[in-house]
Amino acid sequence: MPALVDLRDVTKRFASGPPVLDRASLDVPEGSILALLGASGSGKTTALRLINRLAQPDEGLVLVLGKPVEAWDLIELRRKIGYVIQEGGLFPHFDVARNVGLVPERMGWSEAKVSRRVRELLTLVGLDPAAFERRFPRELSGGQRQRVGLARALAADPPLLLFDEPFGALDPITRRRLQDEFRGLVKRLGKTAIVVTHDLAEACRVADEIAVLHEGRVAQRATPKALLKEPAEGYVASFVAASTPE
Amino acid sequence: MTDLLAFIAERRDELGRLVVEHLAMSALATLIAAAIGLPLGILLTRRERFAAPALALANVVQTIPSLALFGLLIPLPLVGGIGPRPAILALILYAVLPVLRNTYDGIRGVDPALREAAEALGLRPMERLRLIELPLAMPVILGGVRLAAVLSIGTATIAAAVGAGGLGTYVLRGIATVDTRLILAGAIPAAFLAVLVDAALGRLARSRSPLRTGLILILVGALSAAALVDLRSPVPRVVVGSKNFTESVLLGEIVAATLETRGIAVDRRFNLGGAWLCHRALLAGDLDVYVEYSGTALMDIFKRPKETDRATVLAIVGAEYQKVGLAVLPPLGYENNFALVIRKEDASRFSLSRISDLVKVQDRLRLGMFGEFLERSDGFRGLTAAYGLAFAKPPSEMDLGLLYQALEKKLVDLAVGSTTDGLIAARGFVVLEDDQRYFPPYDAIPVARRAALAEHAGLAEALQSLAGRIDAPTIQRLNHEVDGRRRDPRDVAAEFVKTLF
Repeated sequence: MPALVDLRDVTKRFASGPPVLDRASLDVPEGSILALLGASGSGKTTALRLINRLAQPDEGLVLVLGKPVEAWDLIELRRKIGYVIQEGGLFPHFDVARNVGLVPERMGWSEAKVSRRVRELLTLVGLDPAAFERRFPRELSGGQRQRVGLARALAADPPLLLFDEPFGALDPITRRRLQDEFRGLVKRLGKTAIVVTHDLAEACRVADEIAVLHEGRVAQRATPKALLKEPAEGYVASFVAASTPE
Repeated sequence: MTDLLAFIAERRDELGRLVVEHLAMSALATLIAAAIGLPLGILLTRRERFAAPALALANVVQTIPSLALFGLLIPLPLVGGIGPRPAILALILYAVLPVLRNTYDGIRGVDPALREAAEALGLRPMERLRLIELPLAMPVILGGVRLAAVLSIGTATIAAAVGAGGLGTYVLRGIATVDTRLILAGAIPAAFLAVLVDAALGRLARSRSPLRTGLILILVGALSAAALVDLRSPVPRVVVGSKNFTESVLLGEIVAATLETRGIAVDRRFNLGGAWLCHRALLAGDLDVYVEYSGTALMDIFKRPKETDRATVLAIVGAEYQKVGLAVLPPLGYENNFALVIRKEDASRFSLSRISDLVKVQDRLRLGMFGEFLERSDGFRGLTAAYGLAFAKPPSEMDLGLLYQALEKKLVDLAVGSTTDGLIAARGFVVLEDDQRYFPPYDAIPVARRAALAEHAGLAEALQSLAGRIDAPTIQRLNHEVDGRRRDPRDVAAEFVKTLF
């Protein structure tokens, strides 16, 4: 399977201190879900931001769909990538329909086509369009906001989805249900996805493969089962041990 | 209070016009300030390194006292002079800061996560600004516009000092004639306007109704248009000026009424802040005529050495005015000399009748005088030198109109006024004799632009018809009608002019 996203020997430094990413390499095969697992400061969010060019690498190469990101038209690149952040990152002054339909609207779709698409997407993420279209983000629960955020990310039908701690702010029951639904949906739609998380259980639940990041490098990459069974000596082993109930 | 209401009701036509002028000036200034501050504020969020210096500069402008700013603007070409133009420019300079600051802060205050979400969605920079940043920053930005509007309405009151009209006209006239009702008739509506506009803009900020927003915008647009129409003053009118004290306003009204009885259209620019301002305005062509005093012209405007002979002073002043394209018309017939005024009880207690006598009480006297007298070459410093006086306490500076009140209330013991002040006789004050002949003569003389005399048929004849028609007791009586009996200078002048022709 060809890699949809490919990071090759990527280094990223901020003003002071050690590099956030230190010659890290990662490839994500088309159709698979990869979890980037690590403590805060491990460079996982930075890796995500390099992919949709919210940040530029100091060294190394980032390829999306086989093409270096800087060779892409920036707007076109970002419309190939759905981005979901904690709490959905919804615009508080737009209702649900406008939030979800914003990108298609900007792409010049007709009003009728946009609203058809919005209803379709809301249904897809498990929200009744009639009940939710006209609500504002402040009138939604955390889980509902997260669903709207996903619908918005899917609006332009991108092949790639990036999730940055998407379930962080949810209660355990809602979180578990959403994790399962999201995984199901990504698989059903045949999307490729990268999920950033610091939660081992979440990574195991949603991802096909897990890459553990530590001090800017990939410490281990394995399927959830392999990772739990044979964590690499040192950091990964202690991370896994710390995340597992005694 | 009912007195005040009746007073206001009596003047409601004029008051209505002043309110419209006031609002128009403030609306135009706010609109332009918003048109400058909003894009500039947005630009600063894109060019962060200019933000600190730009905001600091706007802050500095804000700290310039408004009268000083008007003073600085007067000599400038195009935007300067007197009237609404420099006033609106000054208001704009003040109003830019709140809009600029709030636009910058408002946009910077947008949640960075939302900014980033918009970027990651593939919105272009202009789309992010228009769809996300501006709407989210709008409450803060509108707060800035609201502040700018209220600030403009407040500052516009002072704009009357440069002949811009508005409610400040009443306030300044009230101060000049020591008439509290006039001050309140200007100040209360101005305060009301500020509160009203603040509330209206506050509702606008909360309202999502496009209809109401549209209505308010149309209103602001209409008012701005009114201000613009006002700015270009189409009818050829003779612009008559006056300084900011009772007698000067009265003379302005007398000149205006005389012209009007002869069918010449008149624009009144009264209560201008001082001789220098009036002179500048004449030179700039913003004024056509006002009444000056020969001694003031001699020493203060043309900086010539002191002369004590009436005819000599008139000859010198006439020649000087000639050189700068202005003409002196025949004197009105009286002198208005500086007067050192004390309370009668002090005069008898310390037996004071001449200025030389002040030596006896120079250690204890509290002096009050208007700022111009402190500065003038024929003013305070020369006076103390000529009489060898050394007052223990420095003089306190106050508005001409407030001096007699202060004297009566015993806040000061000696006030510098004029021999023709109506309040001197009315309140039983005593004028000390200028026994060393320190002061030059101050003949009241109309000064006009020669170009205006040529341009307006009958203007010169009209002004000449006033030659020698006002004597000292007459002007003192007219002054008293205004200062003592609280009458409107315009009515007093109109009555007087009727008796002349």
